[in-house]
Amino acid sequence: MSDIVAFNSVAEEAAPKAQVDRVVAGPRGRKPRRALSSRNIVIYGTLIVVALYYLLPLYVMVMTSLKGMPEIRLGNIFAPPLEITFEPWVKAWASACTGLNCDGLSRGFWNSVRITVPSTIVSIAIASVNGYALANWRFKGAELFFTILIVGAFIPYQVMIYPIVIVLREMGIYGTLTGLIIVHTIFGMPILTLLFRNYFAGLPEELFKAARVDGAGFWTIYFKIMLPMSLPIFVVAMILQVTGIWNDFLFGVVFTRPEYYPMTVQLNNIVNSVQGVKEYNVNMAATILTGAVPLFVYFVSGRLFVRGIAAGAVKG
Amino acid sequence: MAGYSEGSGRPNQWLRNLNAKIASVPMILTAVVIFLGGTIWTVVYSFTNSKLLPRLSFVGLDQYERLWDAPRWLVSVQNLAIYGIFSLIFSLVIGFVLAALMDQKIRFENTFRTIMLYPFALSFIVTGLVWQWLLNPEFGIQSVVRSLGWESFTFDPLYNSDIVIYGILIAALWQGTGLVMCLMLAGLRGIDEDIWKAARVDGIPMWKTYLFVVIPMMRGVFITTLVIIASGIVKVYDLVVAQTSGGPGIASEVPAKYVYDYMFQAQNLGQGFAASTMMLITVAIIIVPWAYLEFGGGRKRV
Repeated sequence: MSDIVAFNSVAEEAAPKAQVDRVVAGPRGRKPRRALSSRNIVIYGTLIVVALYYLLPLYVMVMTSLKGMPEIRLGNIFAPPLEITFEPWVKAWASACTGLNCDGLSRGFWNSVRITVPSTIVSIAIASVNGYALANWRFKGAELFFTILIVGAFIPYQVMIYPIVIVLREMGIYGTLTGLIIVHTIFGMPILTLLFRNYFAGLPEELFKAARVDGAGFWTIYFKIMLPMSLPIFVVAMILQVTGIWNDFLFGVVFTRPEYYPMTVQLNNIVNSVQGVKEYNVNMAATILTGAVPLFVYFVSGRLFVRGIAAGAVKG
Repeated sequence: MAGYSEGSGRPNQWLRNLNAKIASVPMILTAVVIFLGGTIWTVVYSFTNSKLLPRLSFVGLDQYERLWDAPRWLVSVQNLAIYGIFSLIFSLVIGFVLAALMDQKIRFENTFRTIMLYPFALSFIVTGLVWQWLLNPEFGIQSVVRSLGWESFTFDPLYNSDIVIYGILIAALWQGTGLVMCLMLAGLRGIDEDIWKAARVDGIPMWKTYLFVVIPMMRGVFITTLVIIASGIVKVYDLVVAQTSGGPGIASEVPAKYVYDYMFQAQNLGQGFAASTMMLITVAIIIVPWAYLEFGGGRKRV
């Protein structure tokens, strides 16, 4: 609401200035409109309603997680808590139960950290070198493999899961964190390679040629020239991988043993367990905790996140 | 593309580019062994009667016949069809309308975009659990509306087999329309400003300009978005697991869940392989025409 008021006053201040501009430079841009025209009311009204709809689940999550169970049973989910309690948060983190294990979501959190950090680093390292090779050092057949890789990005994971299980079992790493890290590296490869290939191909070719003339080789050019020039794309790739891997559920449940389950899997087990009394406040606190990391990445990274998902959307 | 192909015919190419080849080994392995090999492997084994372990004893199309006789699979396919059609239509329409609103040179564009896109950063598990809570008939939206005085108000999609898939749809749209809006907005920003000026000079109303000029011009963006949404739809799994676990009964089962359950829980691998091959075929039906339109004949898309 206050947004509209602020907007009006700014628009009114801007109006005379626009008129002066018009006298000086002739009519440019759109005709200045009255701030409270019916058109603006419709546009801002719709957007505000939509924004409230998008924010509602987050609001309800937070409110529910701060209430005690008696208040939840009596009250309405949209009402703010009468008595704020952080107990559900503590319980969700430290003592919520999955089956017989009652050490809370913290275990899943640390598992997710142990999965996400190495997976992100390994997948980006491999894909960036690979994209660089594809952009600047093309060899015969490279395009063919790359095409298979990109087409493969559209194949449903379910089709490739079982063969991977067999390969990992043969290697003796099925069910371990290493296995899961390899799986994340494999499935992150199409989009990341595409991202890096396009980025490196867009850099001025003269740089690469000059370095070649000076006698620099494959790795020297990569580390001394390409890497320092492409930090933004590395950040984009990192955002993409951290949120993607953190949010993964399917690979976590297929490729790891219960003691290594990532946070998403553990969260689902806590909330959807059939035993015991449902504690909605603890469930919601656990849900927020699981969503906190990608949300943090999202709010901190801003525009880069949009770039990342626009590129990463093909990952589906 | 860097257009760095003039050296590709040299005789010492093999040795000179050794480093690039070494760097590409992970990609080649992934592409050939996992993507190509794994897919062929699964398709081949879908013609066997593998149960607990994969075995190469072929039974022809048996698994497929059994699959299409299974009520659970039929429900899954039907659900996917309903979910797919509606989420395509709604996310394209809502996404485009929101993008058009955002494109009216509004203030606080960043704030609005941030709000609409944040659900996309959340996992399907989180999305599913939040909406499970909101749609809980005892405490959620239904009970709130009832407590306001409308006693007969009924809105319990997750507990009603007939409409449970729409409950999942609501959650999916909440999570995904922000992305569609962003893609559409990028497309709108790519439209030449002169088009708008020309339309205004000719006195064409704005909605007509959108419908008959701008949307046809955004054909490429629409097709790309369509492919992105569609290939996401086929994979829908986590959301259902979190929100309903396929229930009530089997009312909200989807193909991806069928595959997982048969492969890793019912230990009926053959069924799992056959079902996943059907998923592959579905994706192929979506992707092949698109790839043909986009890259076919070697000409650039218009």
